[in-house]
Amino acid sequence: MGTYTLRRLLISIPVLFGILIISFMLTRLVPGHPCDWILTDKGTQEMCDRVIQAKGLDKPIPIQFGIYMKDVLRGDFGNSIRYNRPVIQILAERLPATLELNLTAFLIAVVIGIPIGIISAIRKNTPFDKVSMIGANLGVPTPVFWLSLIMMYVFAVLFRDTPFWLPPSGRVSAGVSSIPFYEVYGLTATAGSLRFFVFDFMSNFYIFNSMITLDYDVLRDTLNHLILPAVTMSIIPLAIIARLTRSSLLDELGFLYIVGARAKGLRRSKAITKHGFPNAMLPIVTIMGLQIGSLLSGTVLTETVFAFPGLGRMLYESIIAHDYPVVQMIIFVIAITFVITNIIVDCLYAVLDPRIRLE
Amino acid sequence: MKKQDPIQMNNIEADHLPHVKSGSRWRIAVQHLFQQRSSRSGLFLLSALFIIAIFAKQIAPYDPTKMLIWDEDVKRRTSPCIHLLGCPESEPQHLMGTDSLTRDYFSRIIYGTRISLFLGITTVSTAMFIGSLLGAIAGYSGGWWNLVIMQVMDVLLAFPVLLLTLVVIALLGPGLKNIFIAITVVQIPHFARITRASVLALRETEFVFASRALGGGYFHVLFNRILPNTLTPLIVKGTLGVASAIMDAAALSFLGFGPNQDALEWGAMIGFERNSIFHAPHLVVFPGIAIVIMVLAFNSLGDGLRDSLDPRLIYSDIRTRTAK
Repeated sequence: MGTYTLRRLLISIPVLFGILIISFMLTRLVPGHPCDWILTDKGTQEMCDRVIQAKGLDKPIPIQFGIYMKDVLRGDFGNSIRYNRPVIQILAERLPATLELNLTAFLIAVVIGIPIGIISAIRKNTPFDKVSMIGANLGVPTPVFWLSLIMMYVFAVLFRDTPFWLPPSGRVSAGVSSIPFYEVYGLTATAGSLRFFVFDFMSNFYIFNSMITLDYDVLRDTLNHLILPAVTMSIIPLAIIARLTRSSLLDELGFLYIVGARAKGLRRSKAITKHGFPNAMLPIVTIMGLQIGSLLSGTVLTETVFAFPGLGRMLYESIIAHDYPVVQMIIFVIAITFVITNIIVDCLYAVLDPRIRLE
Repeated sequence: MKKQDPIQMNNIEADHLPHVKSGSRWRIAVQHLFQQRSSRSGLFLLSALFIIAIFAKQIAPYDPTKMLIWDEDVKRRTSPCIHLLGCPESEPQHLMGTDSLTRDYFSRIIYGTRISLFLGITTVSTAMFIGSLLGAIAGYSGGWWNLVIMQVMDVLLAFPVLLLTLVVIALLGPGLKNIFIAITVVQIPHFARITRASVLALRETEFVFASRALGGGYFHVLFNRILPNTLTPLIVKGTLGVASAIMDAAALSFLGFGPNQDALEWGAMIGFERNSIFHAPHLVVFPGIAIVIMVLAFNSLGDGLRDSLDPRLIYSDIRTRTAK
């Protein structure tokens, strides 16, 4: 297992390097002179020369790449042009929001999708199976941005003045603010230090932060705002997971070892959960890994529709505003997240399937 | 489930076999295709969509880009008015209402079929052409070619799809041409991978050795002997790829990176009418349903093709049928 994980990590080094190259190339391939987008139209020739000198843009490309790599490893992604502050601060603010949203959506998809698939497989051709599979087949081709708008209409407009009403935008209501745990507990850290970054990053997980500071009003408000975008994002992966769980489990149930397990006197439910399901898990785990990729894609759309202050919306706004250092950082971070997820999925695969581990 | 003697399981009796007429592999595949409900419905939907796209001019009751405010008594964002369903005859008929600029929405949706089909099919064919070529070279040549091409493909695959299209859009700027490039780039690695895998397997087969022994050159063997045999998985992936290309194009247009905010593209229409969701939801609902139908059509056809072209699946069909 250990050697397998190590090998898997080594294989991904070229890919990580490739991601680094692509994110490096991004700011170099942008049409026009770098001064045009760094200084906008207010820059003079003199300022431009200074910027080029300071950023090392006059050096040969391989050296520039070396500088970039060193900066990235130190966590220095430069300054945002639009906000004029370090990009890494923006990351500490926005990444927790995106992670909170995506993880919730993923959990909903798995926790509801797999049982639906299992029940459909066991009760094949019953009304439950038929209804859920029609639903799943319609869920797969639904564009997430459209679904977001429809859900927004249903829950924010149609259900207005009912207990089912949900806020259509934002992360917390106006006037509500989440007080960081380090301020509540009087922990100090100097701005710019790693300690401060970690504190800041952790405290921006609003659910986590409000739980440890026992601030239940903020917790309720955060969850209230999170439900709608998270459920919306979860529907498509949920449909895909449910459909695959059903077909994968049905495939397994056709095999003779299930008949054998039943023949030795095992109850049907036990034969399915103990013997059928673990084998059916393999393709499900693969698809779950792929779904994280599509969640990370969809986060740009969902966050934009729900005005959710996460990384995805930031990416969209930064592309529109030509804020390339931020675009560069977000693309780098999301790609890395996706690669890490894939590594975890592959290792899970090895846990589930001894054949892969022993290869 | 009927209990069976395990020894008998191996000798599948002739009348247990699915009824397949003899014929060429393609004929069997086509027959199998029509036997499946998913591919039948996919083909039906697709032919309907193609007919709508081709005869858009005849079907659409209005000019999709014309504002009707000067021509008839019509307000902005009117709800659908269908005479057959009891809408008063005095009002002009708009099957899907009118949009924010008093244009007939039904006509716009009809014309929208064209651009989605066009984008989906052209991007995927281009990506299939480039991708299979790269994959074939990587698989057949091996060595450095293989290493460099596949490493680049792996890096491209390491990005979530929409993110990679956004990288391209960030570099090239918005517009129809750039959406086309972005989606093509995203699709290429999938085709390259599939082709490479098939080529690797075919490279070691006897008919390829024979062709080389007869003096066939590099390109002759690759293009005339190997590539025709890699088509099956490519067709399946291509059909499914069109569905995701249409989705991606709609998403990019929705974000406003499309041709222009005003284009006859379903995603762009949803993006343009996004703020109407609170008072005129039909302007968002209809283009979305159109996207769902088109993606569903390609997905079902792709699933059907996969099942009918994959001999292993036909075989597993036999296995499960006899086991039950």
